[in-house]
Amino acid sequence: MYTLIYTCCLGLLCLVGEILNLRKLLIPMILAGLAAIFVVNCMEWDAAGPVIIGGMDMSHMMRVDSYSIAFSGLSIFTAMLIFALTGNFYKNEEHHLSDYLAILVFVLTGALVLFSFYNLVMLFLGIEIVSISLYVMAGSRRQDIRSNEAGFKYFLMGSFASAILLFGITLIFGATGSFELDKIAAFASSGTDSTLLHIGALLVISGMLFKVAAVPFHFWSPDVYEGSPSLVTVMMSTLVKVAFFAAFFRLMSVGLSGIHDYTSDILSLVAALTLIAGNLIALSQNNFKRLLAYSGISHAGYMLLAVLSIENEASSALWYYGAAYVLATIGAFAVAIPVFYFRNDETIDAFNGLGKKNPLQAAFLTISMLSLAGIPPLAGFLGKYYIFSEAIRSGYIWLTIVAVLASIVGIYYYFKVILAMYTKDTVEPEVKSPMLYTVVMIVCVVLSLLLGVWPGPFTNLL
Amino acid sequence: MMTLLLLFVPLVSALVVYLAGQKLASKVALGLAVVELAISGIALSMYLKEGPEPFYVFHEWIASPKISFHLALDGLSLLLVILTNLLIPIIILSTFHRLIPNAKSYFALILMMQFALVGVFMAMDGLLYYIFWELALIPIYFIALRWGGPNRVPVTLKFFIYTLAGSLLMLFGFIMLYWYNPQQSFDIRELYNLAISGSNQSWLFWMFFLAFAIKIPIVPFHTWQADTYREAPTQGTMLLSGIMLKMGIYSLLRWLLPIVPLGVAQWGPLAITLCVVGIMYASIIAIKQDNIKNLLAYSSLAHVGLISAGVFAINLHGFQGSVVQMLAHGINVVGLFFCADIIFNRTNTLSIDGLGGIRNLAPKFSTMFMVILLGSVALPLTNGFIGEFLLLYGVYEYNIWLSAFAGLTIILGAVYMLRMYKKVMLGNTGTRVQSFPDLYWNEFLALGIIVVLVIVMGLYPKPVLEIAEPALQLILDKTIVQ
Repeated sequence: MYTLIYTCCLGLLCLVGEILNLRKLLIPMILAGLAAIFVVNCMEWDAAGPVIIGGMDMSHMMRVDSYSIAFSGLSIFTAMLIFALTGNFYKNEEHHLSDYLAILVFVLTGALVLFSFYNLVMLFLGIEIVSISLYVMAGSRRQDIRSNEAGFKYFLMGSFASAILLFGITLIFGATGSFELDKIAAFASSGTDSTLLHIGALLVISGMLFKVAAVPFHFWSPDVYEGSPSLVTVMMSTLVKVAFFAAFFRLMSVGLSGIHDYTSDILSLVAALTLIAGNLIALSQNNFKRLLAYSGISHAGYMLLAVLSIENEASSALWYYGAAYVLATIGAFAVAIPVFYFRNDETIDAFNGLGKKNPLQAAFLTISMLSLAGIPPLAGFLGKYYIFSEAIRSGYIWLTIVAVLASIVGIYYYFKVILAMYTKDTVEPEVKSPMLYTVVMIVCVVLSLLLGVWPGPFTNLL
Repeated sequence: MMTLLLLFVPLVSALVVYLAGQKLASKVALGLAVVELAISGIALSMYLKEGPEPFYVFHEWIASPKISFHLALDGLSLLLVILTNLLIPIIILSTFHRLIPNAKSYFALILMMQFALVGVFMAMDGLLYYIFWELALIPIYFIALRWGGPNRVPVTLKFFIYTLAGSLLMLFGFIMLYWYNPQQSFDIRELYNLAISGSNQSWLFWMFFLAFAIKIPIVPFHTWQADTYREAPTQGTMLLSGIMLKMGIYSLLRWLLPIVPLGVAQWGPLAITLCVVGIMYASIIAIKQDNIKNLLAYSSLAHVGLISAGVFAINLHGFQGSVVQMLAHGINVVGLFFCADIIFNRTNTLSIDGLGGIRNLAPKFSTMFMVILLGSVALPLTNGFIGEFLLLYGVYEYNIWLSAFAGLTIILGAVYMLRMYKKVMLGNTGTRVQSFPDLYWNEFLALGIIVVLVIVMGLYPKPVLEIAEPALQLILDKTIVQ
């Protein structure tokens, strides 16, 4: 609860910082603020039982429990890593630094709402806070035509999806008479056969699938990822993706668990499509950001397996998978962004010869790629393992086989990057990576390894 | 304590070698590999005195899902650990007098590989085993990728994806076993006593068998092998053929037969037929090969086919033979690939056509080459003979006809190996053979050790049989379904 309030305040403080001309201090301030918020968040963990926050009419609006605290902790930490990268990324931006930073903090705020929502209104609010901030950020390179395209495309498609989501919410309200998750769940499990509820649920699920970029609602994602400034791509593909999934999981496991039999067929089909299409299309990508967009789509497929197996243990699996995915992706971008900058190229060819020129960066990018591909003993492997294990336990055996086969395909395109680094040569000079990027890279890779080798404290988190 | 030393010394060595710098890397690596060999020697003597008990290590690792850090060393594991630790110093020794660019990474990767291999042979928890199994793939991939031949990029990628595909199916199999296990763990002792229905075992068999068949490789899953052997640097080929494919055969014994005995009862006949078909197929192709490394690759394919056939014969002779032959084949094939490397080093070609008459120029080399080659074609009094005899006897007990066809491997093997030797070493001096300096000291030492092992194991194989027997008997009891 306090986590959310403080994060909001931090965002406002950024805006005030511009007025007071404290631009240089902004990033250290945000990092310190996020660290403090992280501590506050962890302290709430010890509080016994969930805290329920009501609205005017004492309805359940939000619920702060171990689930929301765990995901909040993960995303605050992710945000810290991303903000550590912002300093050098925006060093040429004279005017709007505080605006950008404030909006990025608001993305985090929206994510925090998504983790603890217990009412469809709050779900919609959280999604809109995140989405609107991202529409702005995707188009924030105003001089760059591709950034404009990304922002506009994301805005049009995203608002359409939000409308569908909202429509679904109203239908669910019409059927059940409530926005609250537990009342919806009670209605759904009471056995009343309600077409209205089913249609509403389908529309809400479609909206969510759009937000997490699952096939066939994924078309926006590669274009937006490619066109947006790299750092916004990082934000979208890590923090925001995990936030939407956490919300999706809560929606399915609490609110709509009563009609799980009805939704599971559709979701299985979507998951299978996402796994197959995401991996296959990624094979032919040459642009690194597009590649990671499609890899993100395929990872959405794996996370959908966790959303399908709605048991309590699956939430642990989702958390762990999210953490592994976030660490590997940020680790990869911490290497990639300086490479893009120095070589002025965002294709995979930009990595040519990195193994000779920057052996450390190349080795760390290799480890990140291996973690994304799910090779032991890295975190990505155990993440896949947990997801598969939960899916099998819930009876989705064929879907798991599809996922296993899809991950074999996945290895090929992650290795394209590794092969470029180690087998191709370049005339470009060594890439001078800023210090903070190196630090973030090391933190991500070390945590990927640690999480893989010593996952003890995190496997039973929820 | 010994177990942990055995496992972690190579890992620490890899780090030390990487930090030692380019010039010292090979010497430091050799020293540390000899230390590891000494540790396995001590382990052997401890095992002979006190049996497997002192090697048992069990720590909780991950509480949920229950994965434990469970290592143990029975006779079977011990022999393979010793094989690994014996071959690694020889493999390192083979690089002296050769120019290896970026040596520190090269030797660090070889020792990383040793760490993973030793882990595979000692792990007694399914997922721990799986992690080591996958971990072994990464160093060998990078060894082949960075130090390999001209066509290495597509070949190594195919190798990597092919073997990983098999492994992922095995992971799926392990997860299924986990949920079939009422205690919900991967502990091998519990997996050996599961009651799984025949139909489930039937497809579980394939999940595991495919992974192992690709790694071994058993025909028709062998298509990655010859290319990879040819493109990998010599040390990589030695690691692959000498030790890594033993992972597959070891896993058949340890992780396939006793866990899904009903599946084996159902599909074993098909598997053994594939093995025997593979033996003949590989032998015939080997005859046509002109490249020495390719010829050795196909001869190796024939040999491992026979070893796997012995495993699927499911009797003690077959098992014993497979263990002896795993050791013998590991030693011989490393020796043979080293001989090929020596020829390539002097003449810059591996094509049999351009070679000939080396015997007159390098008598020491040709004598040692001959001994190792005879071991490989299973001449009596060499190590290969004991293994192949037991294997054929085991297959004979299973089915006479299969045994007759499998027996062809000895005849065909003699044909292509001796023909190769004749063309390469005897006769008139070949066009590509201008000067052929005889063995350097390191080559003499490495080949000398191998020659001694070929003869000693051939004369006195009893200790190997005795060490392996209790473990094999246990596996056999679990595999034969009443």
